[in-house]
Amino acid sequence: MQVPAQFEYARAQSVSHALSLLDRYGPEARVVAGGHSLIPMMKLRLAQPEALIDINDLSELSRIEVEGGELVIGALVRHAELLASAPATGLFPIFQDAERVIADPIVRNRGTVGGSLCQGDPSEDLSAVFAALRATAIIEGGDGRRSVPIRDFHEGPYETAVQAGELLIELRVPATPGTGSAYVKVERRVGDWAVAAAGAVLSVAGGVIERAGIGLTAVGAEHFCAPEAEEYLTGREPGEEAFAEAGRIAAEHCSPQPDQRGPADYKRHLAAELTARALRTAMERI
Amino acid sequence: MSFGRMHRKEDARFIRGRGNYVDDVRLPGMLHGAILRSPHAHARILSIDTSAAEAHPKVRAVITGQTLAGLNLAWMPTLSNDVQAVLATDKVRFQGQEVAFVVAEDAYSARDALELIEVDYEPLDAVVDARRALDEDSPVIRDDLEGRTSNRIFDWEAGDRERTDAIFAGAEVTINQDMIYPRVHPAPLETCGAVADFDKVTGKLTVWCPTQAPHAHRTLYALVAGLPEHKIRVISPDIGGGFGGKVGIYPGYVCAIVGSIVTGRPVKWMEDRSENLMATAFARDYHMSGEVAATRDGVIQAIRVKVLADHGAFNGTAQPTKFPAGFFHVFTGSYDLQAAHCEVTGVYTNKAPGGVAYACSFRVTEAVYLVERLIDVLAAELGLDPAELRLRNLLKPDQFPYTSPTGWEYDSGDYIKTMRMAMDIAGYDKLRAEQADKRARGELMGIGISFFTEAVGAGPRKHMDILGLGMADGAELRVHPTGKAVLRVSCQSQGQGHETTFAQIVGHELGIPADDVEVVHGDTDQTPFGLGTYGSRSTPVSGAATAIVARKVRERARLVAAAMLECSPDDLDWQIDESAEGRAGSWAVRGDPASRKSMQEIALAAHSALELPDGVEGHLDAVTVYNPPNLTYPFGAYICVVDVDPGTGQVKVRRFVAVDDCGVRINPMIVEGQIHGGLADGVGMALMQVMAFDEEGNHLGASFMDYLLPTSMECPSWELGETVTPSPHHPLGAKGVGESATVGSPPAVVNAVVDALAPYGIRHADMPLTPANVWRVIQGDPFRTDLAIP
Repeated sequence: MQVPAQFEYARAQSVSHALSLLDRYGPEARVVAGGHSLIPMMKLRLAQPEALIDINDLSELSRIEVEGGELVIGALVRHAELLASAPATGLFPIFQDAERVIADPIVRNRGTVGGSLCQGDPSEDLSAVFAALRATAIIEGGDGRRSVPIRDFHEGPYETAVQAGELLIELRVPATPGTGSAYVKVERRVGDWAVAAAGAVLSVAGGVIERAGIGLTAVGAEHFCAPEAEEYLTGREPGEEAFAEAGRIAAEHCSPQPDQRGPADYKRHLAAELTARALRTAMERI
Repeated sequence: MSFGRMHRKEDARFIRGRGNYVDDVRLPGMLHGAILRSPHAHARILSIDTSAAEAHPKVRAVITGQTLAGLNLAWMPTLSNDVQAVLATDKVRFQGQEVAFVVAEDAYSARDALELIEVDYEPLDAVVDARRALDEDSPVIRDDLEGRTSNRIFDWEAGDRERTDAIFAGAEVTINQDMIYPRVHPAPLETCGAVADFDKVTGKLTVWCPTQAPHAHRTLYALVAGLPEHKIRVISPDIGGGFGGKVGIYPGYVCAIVGSIVTGRPVKWMEDRSENLMATAFARDYHMSGEVAATRDGVIQAIRVKVLADHGAFNGTAQPTKFPAGFFHVFTGSYDLQAAHCEVTGVYTNKAPGGVAYACSFRVTEAVYLVERLIDVLAAELGLDPAELRLRNLLKPDQFPYTSPTGWEYDSGDYIKTMRMAMDIAGYDKLRAEQADKRARGELMGIGISFFTEAVGAGPRKHMDILGLGMADGAELRVHPTGKAVLRVSCQSQGQGHETTFAQIVGHELGIPADDVEVVHGDTDQTPFGLGTYGSRSTPVSGAATAIVARKVRERARLVAAAMLECSPDDLDWQIDESAEGRAGSWAVRGDPASRKSMQEIALAAHSALELPDGVEGHLDAVTVYNPPNLTYPFGAYICVVDVDPGTGQVKVRRFVAVDDCGVRINPMIVEGQIHGGLADGVGMALMQVMAFDEEGNHLGASFMDYLLPTSMECPSWELGETVTPSPHHPLGAKGVGESATVGSPPAVVNAVVDALAPYGIRHADMPLTPANVWRVIQGDPFRTDLAIP
């Protein structure tokens, strides 16, 4: 039987209460929401936080709304809720593509968007999705709220811009109509972490690509994105040739690590292949 | 209908969450144990300091190898007459090996205290690659064994070398192929564990433990621990899957027993998932090199095989003593060969011991994979359709009973009929036409065939024993006065539905409803001796014992009926009336069928004041021991259809047709369930499962994030068919089916994927066929699937 080490537990009643609890328990406290990354790590004793601050009662963090030209996704939104959200998936089908292949329905019922991002796992799917969408993370701490572009959010594997004593509140995505988006993932089995995955967001004006967003999962892409490939696509006519070249550029700039999911050359190949496929599907959806 | 579809009697408790597993056992005053395991694959133990753990306020005992050495229990025999460390004293020999055992008031404290034990290790080079185990400079793992100077465990051969070599020398066509059947794990959802309760007053030891072989465990505890066998009771409660992984005795069981003896209180030990994957019995790990000699027109003449078998750090394979490679020499498969020969070398490596678990019927899995892959390689060489090549070489019905070139006597078979049925269900010719169209468009579609013959139901005691215990099984049957029966059997269900199937057998033989039969199993104080459930032996052995003991009772009932009807027993005929209510049996006077006594009437009379003739005992019960005259040989034809994405290497199993012939089916629903499960297992092994190790011997598959179980999403809707060729020597004509699909399906999937990749000139790819593996195979640059991916 896997049993965690001893820890304190406190249930937050509001964001301000959560922040005061974080302050009280100090840097060895962790926020728990869905618990689907943290609890297994605690049971394996890879993580031994001194306290858990439970934020499951913070319903103000559970909203999915379009507000002031932005799609707002609260940090406590469950994967299943995002998957089922017509406003979110209607604007950006990339959410549906990605959420369908995140873990399994049981995990999706409980796991949260904010938890996924804050875990900062290099194989986590939503990080690439929000990177492709150029989202903004809203973080609150003792000094109030601040905005962090998602491409500055991840500072390295398992490291994010959320500092001790802070809480991720929500993600904001510019609700630009007329975009196409898609996410493509290769996994060894349904529910597995990605061997590699790619997300793409495209908008086209006057027959050329106005703006491209490319997110990459599990291939060692800095900040989960591919700015060189995006730049290559901007102003270019969309099509197979451009997408393949964008894939090639994206692959060139990532640095995948070999593991039992695959060797580095294969993951690099997938970065190219899946980028092209995601771009193709995104284009079809415009 | 006594044989036929019937809902499983045991499911009423399982679907209500009312099963009783070992972790549900809670005894008053029970303590909890936890095992400290080695982080190293190979290291010398310099010192162990348990003082801080002992000082933990909730710890009641800390047991090390030294403690056990004082009781002469530091080492225990394995199922292959080797010894295995219970807790390491000198060295650790695989990552996850048991080093110390903590007993505490609760599971949390036991686990906390593990972190307080300090072990000083001197790391040694690890032997990870079986192919390097016999190198001159390879470290000797088993320096505990006197005179051991290498990692060689055994060399073993079967078949006729000279005859085989002569055929190869003159053959028109020969092919050869190296292949790995990687190390996999049975991964039952219920991990292993035990509750041990030693009563100091009575001297009785009771062990609850999910064992597939409770009686063998009891005898081994008696032999190893020196406890009197009549003072040991092994209770195997409901089991959440075994697949062979719960046959042997694990160090944790012994530790729980010692913990209870030392503390005087019951001790529970439950391993976690990672412990289960790292330290309990693995399966396969066979490195095989096979050759086929054939004529140019596709007549297979001989097969020659060399195997390197990785047995891990202790030789713990559960197989009959005479057969160190199990039944691997059944590798000639379903084909009519002139000669065959195999050589198997077993080696020690720094990996967990075990070696036959996971539904393999004693290495038949490896044998079937080998021959079915070789046939496809030969078909590619000859430019023949693999179905056609099989049809040309399958044994014909008139060849049975058939003695194989390696000495097996196949009991019965009608292979071509089964093969044709599978091809018909699949629409084989249409599939090939579709494949041709797809290939013309550059799409990758593959069709894979496997035809397997298994050797199960071990076995005749004169040839087969485990640690000297013959592989025969007992049964006891009592019919109570109201005609309700209790059957006691030595085998133990891990989900196979014995409580239903065996009740159906009794019902069939006695002419009473299966619902009127209670099956008692899994408790050594309640059941007769026998070797248990593995190797698909329950129905072939215990099922036969059940039929025979029921027939004995029926004959006793005849004597009672004769007394009731005041006639000679010889004047009675057994009569069965089938009706909507079920099957009713009675003894009736020949020529006067109205004069009859039902089994219920006879049962009451047998316990009544009725005057019985001299020599006729009252009551209605019997015992028997069944020693099978031969193994049974189930077979089947499987066809798998896959689509492969050349850009990503992803494999999609689109269809799977399985036609099984396991002889007479007692409960077809249960049989089909077993086949469904085995097919899913096979898809898992073929596509995603492997326990690989890095250079230091770190286990790279020690959680379900790393070691993948297939889900319904990877499985197509299985398309089943059946043929029935009864076993001529089994009292019911049944053959056993538990492992058939696990044995037969991996080669079908692999053959399908390799067939899909044929446009690239590919003839082989090792399991598991993960996307990365398939893509690299397409690039012509495959990696070793059993090692860390570089």
